Amino acid sequence: MRFLKTRRRRSVAAVAAALSALLPAAGCAGAGAVGGGSGSITVAIVANPQMQDVQKLTPYFERAHPGVHVRYVTLPENVARQKITESVATGGREFDVVMISNYETPMWARNGWLVDLQPYADRTRGYDPGDFIAPIRQSLSYRGDLYSVPFYGESSYLMYRRDLLAAHRLAMPARPTWDQVAALARKLDDPAHRIAGICLRGVPGWGENLAPLNTVINTFGGRWYDLRWNAQLTSPEVTKAVAFYTDLLRTVGEPGAATAGYTECGTDMAQGNAAMWYDATVAAGSLEDPSSSKVVGRIGYAPAPVERTRSSGWLYSWSLAIPRTSRRRDAAWQFLSWATSKEYIRFVGGRLGWSHVPPGSRVSTYRIPRYAEAAAAFAGPTLRAIDGADPAHPTVAPVPYTGVQFLDIPEFQDLGTRVSQQITAVIAGRKSVRAALSQSQQYARTVGRTYQRR
Amino acid sequence: MATLAPSSPVPLTPGGQSVRLPRREAWRRRLPLSPALLLVIIATQIPFVFTVLFSFQSWNLVRPHSRHWVGLSNYRDVFTDSAFRDALFTEIEMTVLAVAVSMALGVGLAVLLDREFPGRAVVRTLLIAPFLIMPTVAGLLWRTTMLDPVYGIVNFLLHLVGVAPVDFVSRFPMASIVTVLVWQWTPFMTLIVLAGLQSQSGDVLEAAQIDGAGPWTTFRAITVPHLRPYIELGVLLGAIYLINTFDVIFMMTQGGPGTATTNLPYYLYQRAFLGFDVGQASALGVVTVAGTIAVASIALRMLFTVFSTTEGRA
Amino acid sequence: MNAAEPSARRVKRLLGRSAWTAGAWLAGLVFFFPVLWMALTAFKQESDAYTTTPQLVFSPTLDQFRAVFASGIGPYLANSALATVLSTLLVLALGVPAAYALSIRSVRKWRDALFFFISTKMLPVVAAIVPIYLAVRDIGALDDIGTLIVLYTAMNLPIAVWMLRSFFLEVPGEVLEAARVDGATQRQEITQVLLPMVAPGIAATALICVIFSWNEFFLALNLTSVRAATMPVFLIGFMTSEGLYWARLAAAATLACLPVLLAGWIAQKQLVRGLSMGAVK
Repeated sequence: MRFLKTRRRRSVAAVAAALSALLPAAGCAGAGAVGGGSGSITVAIVANPQMQDVQKLTPYFERAHPGVHVRYVTLPENVARQKITESVATGGREFDVVMISNYETPMWARNGWLVDLQPYADRTRGYDPGDFIAPIRQSLSYRGDLYSVPFYGESSYLMYRRDLLAAHRLAMPARPTWDQVAALARKLDDPAHRIAGICLRGVPGWGENLAPLNTVINTFGGRWYDLRWNAQLTSPEVTKAVAFYTDLLRTVGEPGAATAGYTECGTDMAQGNAAMWYDATVAAGSLEDPSSSKVVGRIGYAPAPVERTRSSGWLYSWSLAIPRTSRRRDAAWQFLSWATSKEYIRFVGGRLGWSHVPPGSRVSTYRIPRYAEAAAAFAGPTLRAIDGADPAHPTVAPVPYTGVQFLDIPEFQDLGTRVSQQITAVIAGRKSVRAALSQSQQYARTVGRTYQRR
Repeated sequence: MATLAPSSPVPLTPGGQSVRLPRREAWRRRLPLSPALLLVIIATQIPFVFTVLFSFQSWNLVRPHSRHWVGLSNYRDVFTDSAFRDALFTEIEMTVLAVAVSMALGVGLAVLLDREFPGRAVVRTLLIAPFLIMPTVAGLLWRTTMLDPVYGIVNFLLHLVGVAPVDFVSRFPMASIVTVLVWQWTPFMTLIVLAGLQSQSGDVLEAAQIDGAGPWTTFRAITVPHLRPYIELGVLLGAIYLINTFDVIFMMTQGGPGTATTNLPYYLYQRAFLGFDVGQASALGVVTVAGTIAVASIALRMLFTVFSTTEGRA
Repeated sequence: MNAAEPSARRVKRLLGRSAWTAGAWLAGLVFFFPVLWMALTAFKQESDAYTTTPQLVFSPTLDQFRAVFASGIGPYLANSALATVLSTLLVLALGVPAAYALSIRSVRKWRDALFFFISTKMLPVVAAIVPIYLAVRDIGALDDIGTLIVLYTAMNLPIAVWMLRSFFLEVPGEVLEAARVDGATQRQEITQVLLPMVAPGIAATALICVIFSWNEFFLALNLTSVRAATMPVFLIGFMTSEGLYWARLAAAATLACLPVLLAGWIAQKQLVRGLSMGAVK
């Protein structure tokens, strides 16, 4: 066995040599190669509207930093995660800047895969890392140092159509419970006028349906593991929460719920086809933008509904980091510090409109008069939601992990996705809650066991 | 390691007697073969050797320093994993359905196209198109413009005949995927069967007609046996590509809802790139490859005359 | 003879013929419709593309194509073309001698070799992607078009060898025998006698290789990111950023499919021949 281990690298090299000998063209770059100038950096990002804005404005950055050329790899979230993780974990060197989140940052920092950004941030004049909203900053830090910088931050809250509630003579409580929300949804559901009572994510993915569902599980008092890493997914609390969520969705949720995610729900809400929507706080930006929404000015914002906890909103941040393997750290930092600076936020607002501003990253954003005006309806609820999120104590009972809508363990991507597939099967009517959860419990038990052994 | 090797101890000349070539000549004959063989071995077999090695390790890419030898424990997990069994059944169901339906349709269309009619060349041109479409695009196209519950054409047609809209991809995921696969592979089957039909000798058919056989009897008694090798070839090639279906699933259902459309390649992909559990994924891969080879060599030898009827020249 | 035929039978035959024609046309159109619809959607404004009642009549626009080109499709197209063309040439360069060694002057274990080639096609690439990724990383060839070219060559070689071999077997032995008697070397025998005779078969083989490498998705997704990324990868990125814009997506998809679609249509005859493998030899 030891023989094999020591020989591996050499044999890989032999394969490589053979491969390249067979092909004269090997080693030459693709036709799309752009010069390969010393300062060109490769940035891997998740395709979302805010990042598209960054791409659009990049020429201004390049003009201000003549030495740096930026190339983007834009991918759907799941593929981006796969490629970025693969590359960073194996030292693939393909990317100089990667877009990750508060799920990856602390783990990867601990593994020594990321460049410590604190010295850079402290050194850069006017960057002011202390301006980042506190829970977001903490969630991106490891041992007190920032290892990725937030591009935007979000929590979750309940968005509802004030006009529809008024028409039905209903009122939204200041701090709604899920029972109250369910009752409202059943009254507001109006299939004849193509209005769903409530829109919730149903599409599988640990960052899709599991995000809202986990906040429901937490506030119903459920947890994934007890303190000794025994899986708890078949507990009465979790069962009740999952039954509640899937039942609500199946009875008064949006049509095609099993394939609806953030984007689809956003379209439903913006087109006036949903009375309520429990989702990320960033959604408000496009719902209050006349160019993409028919319901501008008619939305109310209530805190994430609760049952047994004081708050239940999640905490999430898309952030930018530099992999340890990058050979162009300085150029990468120049880009990072531009895209997450105070100036960038003002620049986007002025150039593309204030609804385009990436929210939830900096306190100072909310002190810009023009933004405060444009975001009057949701700025307060957004800040309060982010401040209220508590990743260290997500549910009633203590847990061995941190994170609200995710568990901060490397296995969670896999575990969460498998569980979320089971949930979608319930939503699609192909499985019972009990069957889905007992399968999920099996998955969770396997993962839990590896932690019990330590 | 990963080879299908039917036993054929001696080469046969068309005459049937075995030939033993002088050693020099044997090497001279191997020479032109070696570059191709070498490349295929390097690109497909060596990575697989590593896969086998990895399958005896516990190695999670996202947990550094976790790598160590664990013997057979990854294999134990594979065989006790119910999701793996589900994926296996999905795989069989998907491949068999897609191959069978596209072959059935292919035979039908080939018969239609075998006769002269106005615009035959145009129809054939139209029919080829789906086979040429990028599978990624095919999945995207069907999920959106064709099968979307609100804006899709199929639901519009259903609406015309008074049927309520159906969310095909989540209600009937397997049928949706198979539809796309059949759409892409029917033209392929059609072309192969058509070539078979057109290679029939007119004399035999005429003789049958003179003997008073009806078109149906002629088809059954003469055409079908004649088509057999063509159908076998189509099934074989179709199956080779369809057992590795990935793109369409990736674009349409991501293996869901639940695990309803997770076939083996997709399941492997999820294990390798969501879990980053290289050890587990490798063990899965080894089992899959071993299973595929076992099934394929048995099926090839039992069902197909393709290999037994072909003879090389000395 | 026709004149003697009773008119009722003639009518029946005519009806049968038109029903046949109609049936065949209907089948062709049904299969072609999704492609046609994609192409039509590409020429629509978004408001026409996203309707519950499909719009057949609309004022065509090139806006979507302009938008696709503006988003930088060029390098992706170029990479796809490079990977496709070079890998196909390599397949032929390696495949022709190999097929020769398995047919005309066959090696002793030609059957095993053929079986080996074809069996590699059944292995799921996914099972080996991690070692491939690590090996490619170790030689510093991630995101390099050369990597795709080599892998596509290996991917298509088995089918190509198999196809080429069946075309070679169609060449009458006497022709090659005559050449040998005339004192032709093996190289001359291949280049001057064999290849001209099987040129259509080679074209067919090349076409099949072109189709499969142009459309390949999984390896491209895993082994490229920017510099060497191909069309399917572009489409994936484009899909999310333009998620709900069907018309623009359709324009990108149409462009992605067009080269192979045209090549396939133009070389239809070869395709048919290629797929029938020279009558299953």
